[in-house]
Amino acid sequence: MALSGLDIYKQLPKTNCKECGFPTCLAFAMKLAQKGTELSKCPYVTEETRAALDAAAAPPIRLVSIGVGERAVSVGNETVMFRHEKTFVHPPALMLRVADDATDLAARVELAGEYSVERVGMLLVLGGVVVENRSGDAATFAKAVAAVHAGAPGVPIVLMSPDPKAIEAGLGVVGAERPLIHAAMPSGWEAFATLAKRHNCPLVIRAASIDGLAELSALVTGAGVEDVVLDPSPAGAGDSLALFTQLRRLALKKNFRPLGYPIIAFAGAESVEDEVIAAAQAIAKYAGVIVLDHAEPALFYTLLTLCQNLYTDPQKPIQVEPKLYAVGTPGADSPLLITTNFSLTYFSVSGEVEASGKPCWLLVADADGLSVLTSWAAGKFDAVKIAKTVKESGLAEKLSHRKLVIPGHVAGLSGEVEEELPGWQIMVGPRDAVEIPSYLKTVWSAS
Amino acid sequence: MTVEIPSEKWSGSVRAVTLGAGDGGGTRTSTVTVGGQDGLPFLHFEAGMPNRPAVAVEVVDRYPDEWSPELLAAWGDDARDPAAWARKAVAAGAELVALKLRSCHPDQGDNGPEAAVATVQAVLAAVGVPLIVYGPGVAAKDNEVLVAVAEATKGEAIALANCEEKNYRTIVAAALGNGHLVVAQTPIDVNLSKQLNILISDMGLPLERVLVDPTTGALGYGLEYTYSVMERLRIAALMGDAMTQQPMVCTVGEESWRQKESRAPAGVPQDWGDFSLRSVLWETTTATTLMQAGADIVVLRHPRSIAAVQRAIAGLMDRSAKAGALTAAPAL
Repeated sequence: MALSGLDIYKQLPKTNCKECGFPTCLAFAMKLAQKGTELSKCPYVTEETRAALDAAAAPPIRLVSIGVGERAVSVGNETVMFRHEKTFVHPPALMLRVADDATDLAARVELAGEYSVERVGMLLVLGGVVVENRSGDAATFAKAVAAVHAGAPGVPIVLMSPDPKAIEAGLGVVGAERPLIHAAMPSGWEAFATLAKRHNCPLVIRAASIDGLAELSALVTGAGVEDVVLDPSPAGAGDSLALFTQLRRLALKKNFRPLGYPIIAFAGAESVEDEVIAAAQAIAKYAGVIVLDHAEPALFYTLLTLCQNLYTDPQKPIQVEPKLYAVGTPGADSPLLITTNFSLTYFSVSGEVEASGKPCWLLVADADGLSVLTSWAAGKFDAVKIAKTVKESGLAEKLSHRKLVIPGHVAGLSGEVEEELPGWQIMVGPRDAVEIPSYLKTVWSAS
Repeated sequence: MTVEIPSEKWSGSVRAVTLGAGDGGGTRTSTVTVGGQDGLPFLHFEAGMPNRPAVAVEVVDRYPDEWSPELLAAWGDDARDPAAWARKAVAAGAELVALKLRSCHPDQGDNGPEAAVATVQAVLAAVGVPLIVYGPGVAAKDNEVLVAVAEATKGEAIALANCEEKNYRTIVAAALGNGHLVVAQTPIDVNLSKQLNILISDMGLPLERVLVDPTTGALGYGLEYTYSVMERLRIAALMGDAMTQQPMVCTVGEESWRQKESRAPAGVPQDWGDFSLRSVLWETTTATTLMQAGADIVVLRHPRSIAAVQRAIAGLMDRSAKAGALTAAPAL
């Protein structure tokens, strides 16, 4: 939890020597609290104070990375309970589980490694593969881990077994690549902690209660493990929501260090629908790693889209590329509509145009990712911008007409746009996207 | 080690709103009460949640040939008759029927108030569950048909939709005089929602008869905006802001089924996965995610998502499930 300026001030020498560049120690402390300067500017601060302030400045939920290289994932470091308070930062890693004795292991691993989908300019992939030691045999496990390592190169791995011998065998294969180890439990945790420390790997701790998790956390960190992931072993959807919420609150509101780590959720269910429900809940409510059991692209696509949605920074809306979009297969006589490049505006308009069944040209202007009204008010979507966008689109050659539909919210611009675009007829479309189908059917058709 | 669990007590709560009336007013054999909670969704360890979220199912009064083939296949010929469709919806798990009077739209039949009244009465006769009745979505026609429906079904406690800034006077007056409710819809904004509730309440309609629709964005199409506005509305309600304490309705089916993911069986990237499954997952995920943000009624379209969302609600309302003996982990 961030310290206040006064908390920091109490730890400073209070001599007002000005060597830090600030007139008083209090002013320096206030600036430190806003992260506007660095503690090292004070030549007189003691080592003890430095350690104490550093510890207090550490994130309330530790950032834990799994895997190495380009596909490595980092989870944790979240600072809010609700995304509107600031933003969620590190989207959960969705991982596909495979059993070490499964006959379809190779196919599942290949899918997990190669699956990728593009959405609003971002390439979305799975976060890793969980290898479960279902066989109970360490050699079989090691062989499966090797197969995963070869079949999905570079993809983070979770080694999952209640038997430390199997974990050790798996670490023999991928120990240098920061696999996540699942799981140290209240009895027999020592062997897991030893292995995690030896290989510098993150370790899941699993206990049946929050108290049990806190105790276990103190034990494994005391044994030298730094990167911990929490598995509170929930008994159902309601229990999972309660436990995950409590863990997040303890970390953020109470700065309770033993539980300041990311959480792992097991979403597996018999039906894909039940699995999507469990995983969607874990995405919205506080999981950092989510284990899936269905090797199903539709499931991956749905959940990756949800991660993207909820982990978008509310202050920085997603933009779409400003360019000419063909909705359906428009021809030379199809309507031409213009709008802005705020993703939600674009999706609303293109969705309605598509629903209308009438192919259209949709020209998206670069309005800094703002909606029509906001960008108009900010001077980013005016007559000059509209005219420039039309001219640069190369549309004139594609069309047999010279009619441009502008959003109803900027009806007032139509005269100016006409002046900027000689020879064009400027038509005023509806204010709400939802009225586009009927507009195209009536006003456009009659024009 | 005993860790003290931080629990949150709020000063406000969500108003309980009851749809449908049986004895002494309407003819419903079941009613639905939503709201009444004094905490964030499903956090039973610290808050009361006397009513579970309810599932409404969309029924349209004309054959919706523009719908996704998956939906048309699921409802079959019953989609040609609103009464038969409503019966099938109830059998599929609907606790409410959301009846859309699309045939009154100027472009889709332009039916008048008599036809609308006849449809509503046929559906009321066919099923015992309460109704939400949606006008065609064109202001002038909404007023015409919803007023006629409200008068002809006096006392049934139907939720009239949508009640918006531009037509609230007419819709609220129709609800007020005939024992109905309204669904107050505003575009994804906390203050606009509050403002409309103030206007409605100033006309004398008790807030116990007002549901709000914060406007739904489907998964991938603005879901996060709806999600955050709903969380903000719900937190404001719990902090005691009286004009944000209405149960929330989300038109999940309508929004998720008009997206490309749910409409296009082919011509999309292979990585989107199986079309039938994807379209159901899209609707299910939109619904359950918005329930985490406080949705009290979700309006759905596909029987498979209806069943899945009902299971999700049951899981989240189950207060008895607690971790017992510790196992290594759930097995694959």
